[in-house]
Amino acid sequence: MKALRVSLLAVLTLLFVSPVLFMFLTSFKTRQEAGRTPPTLFPEKPTTQAYDQILNAPDTPMLQWFANSLFAASLHSLLVVATSALAAYALARMDFRGKKPVFALIVATLFVPPVILIIPNYEIVARLYWLDTLIAIIVPTAANAFGVFFLRQFFLQLPRELEESAFLDGANRWQTFWRVVLPLSRPALVTLALLAFLTNWNDFLWPVYVLFSPENQTLQAGLSTLQAANSVRYDLLMAGAVIASVPVLILFVIAQRYVIEGVSRSGLKG
Amino acid sequence: MATVSFQGATRHFPGSDKPAVDKLDLDIEDGEFMVLVGPSGCGKSTSLRMLAGLEEVDAGSIRIGDRDITNLPPKDRDIAMVFQNYALYPHMTVADNMGFALKMANTPKDEREKRVREAAEILALTDYLHRKPAALSGGQRQRVAMGRAIVRSPQVFCMDEPLSNLDAKLRVSTRTQIASLQRRLGVTTVYVTHDQVEAMTMGDRVAVLKDGLLEQVDTPLGLYDNPNTLFVAGFMGSPAMNLLPGELREDGAVVDGHLIKVQITAEERRGHDGEVTVGIRPEDFRVSDGDEGLPIKVGVVEELGADAYIYGTVGGSDGDDAITSGRDVVVRMEARRSVQKGETIHVTAEPENVRVFVTETGERLCGG
Repeated sequence: MKALRVSLLAVLTLLFVSPVLFMFLTSFKTRQEAGRTPPTLFPEKPTTQAYDQILNAPDTPMLQWFANSLFAASLHSLLVVATSALAAYALARMDFRGKKPVFALIVATLFVPPVILIIPNYEIVARLYWLDTLIAIIVPTAANAFGVFFLRQFFLQLPRELEESAFLDGANRWQTFWRVVLPLSRPALVTLALLAFLTNWNDFLWPVYVLFSPENQTLQAGLSTLQAANSVRYDLLMAGAVIASVPVLILFVIAQRYVIEGVSRSGLKG
Repeated sequence: MATVSFQGATRHFPGSDKPAVDKLDLDIEDGEFMVLVGPSGCGKSTSLRMLAGLEEVDAGSIRIGDRDITNLPPKDRDIAMVFQNYALYPHMTVADNMGFALKMANTPKDEREKRVREAAEILALTDYLHRKPAALSGGQRQRVAMGRAIVRSPQVFCMDEPLSNLDAKLRVSTRTQIASLQRRLGVTTVYVTHDQVEAMTMGDRVAVLKDGLLEQVDTPLGLYDNPNTLFVAGFMGSPAMNLLPGELREDGAVVDGHLIKVQITAEERRGHDGEVTVGIRPEDFRVSDGDEGLPIKVGVVEELGADAYIYGTVGGSDGDDAITSGRDVVVRMEARRSVQKGETIHVTAEPENVRVFVTETGERLCGG
């Protein structure tokens, strides 16, 4: 039984890992070998040619794209967490007129397919003169319905007594939020930050629309320019993809501790 | 330090047809240890939370000293609260937990540390100041919660069932610690519990609540000896007072065909006749040598060493007319009287120790 389970898991794992593995292996192939059909699995003559080429080619400023992506995704995720946490706390703990409809409205926007918003968002960004700037990919989705929903659910299950205790200890609403609620919500905040970062980092369609100059591209948008009209340089594409996925993997390894970590209720009974 | 006074304080939760706390009038003396006791849902915790500012007051007012605090936010009331689950901040050390209120009040760091250290010494927490709550035992967490309250030297302590998460043994020792600490500090304290033993042993005075209404306020012994209502009579004391349905006559009350003598004046009687409830404490019964008095069929004998409790039912072989009503009765008697299970004993009570209540309204007519 156990052997069966392990082998099943092994097969599934292989299935999920194989594209990543193939990408990694292909990035070390020569141009000819990478384009060959049927493809080889292991590079015959492993080489870093592809990396040399894309990192040094003047028409594909990979390092600049990398920096753009890192900057945009970081700032975006920070904004998402900030706006979501504030809105979610108000919706979870404060009483005001129209709280329920407001929350329902926010959740309802989750059902709007993002593609629909591309044209209106483009119009807005254009009128703000944000086209071809990183602001265009940082700001538009910084107020994030999913983040509000996710953090509200988390705040709701924090023990109310902790906040009441803080009120009695003389803390005002903001101090209670800042010194008690947020520190206790670290796992949720990190999870949300990570998700927002990844979404922004991996976004392809929107940056392709709003960023034009080669030096303003993000990594994902920039990589697509490696596909020329009638020749696909798989070796370059895969090398770029490796560079694009490494930070994500590193980030995930660092943050998974928080993502997995449950809610700390240790100040309470039990 | 200050007095606390509830004046017609009412809390009506939206969507409920009855107020959770209904026109509560209660005056608590400066430095007094007041216990609010009652079954769950009686409004005791709500009353406490109203005092702390965690619950709105829909009508009436609450004063601390000369200040009307009815509409003040919790932080301006100068109240410290110990919660049932302690509500320690999990992400802060014991020292930070205890010093949080002082930090919020912008107390200088030296002063803050000094006061935390002093409180920690009182509560034997000095070795744990740098630990997080997760690394403490239940009893230690309870003490940190106490420490957080005393560090502030507030005008009033509010305690909401602070012992209910401790095991039985620790609860008894902590009970005395809290009571003696409160006497030493002399801070006015409002303490909520559902446990009448805690109420009896800790309070200077005890307020008994039921269904949002205040039943009676008195010293623990006052409540025990002179319960004004049937509810208080049944609630205070362990084992509880025997409450037997009977019929009031000229010379006493008849319970299951047996006359129990009662001391009652015409004035006390207030024209009441007929259905009443007779209340007799287990220790007020005397086992008679003959077959005079109420016959009790012995069910269980609990020998506690110093004394014994007999759990039985009214009735038994009483001559010709054997009446077994099946009503439970508890009798305390001296230990080692060799009463056996299944045996029938007869008990009497001094008329002045027999309380009579109107069954319908629960009010007391006489006795005690």
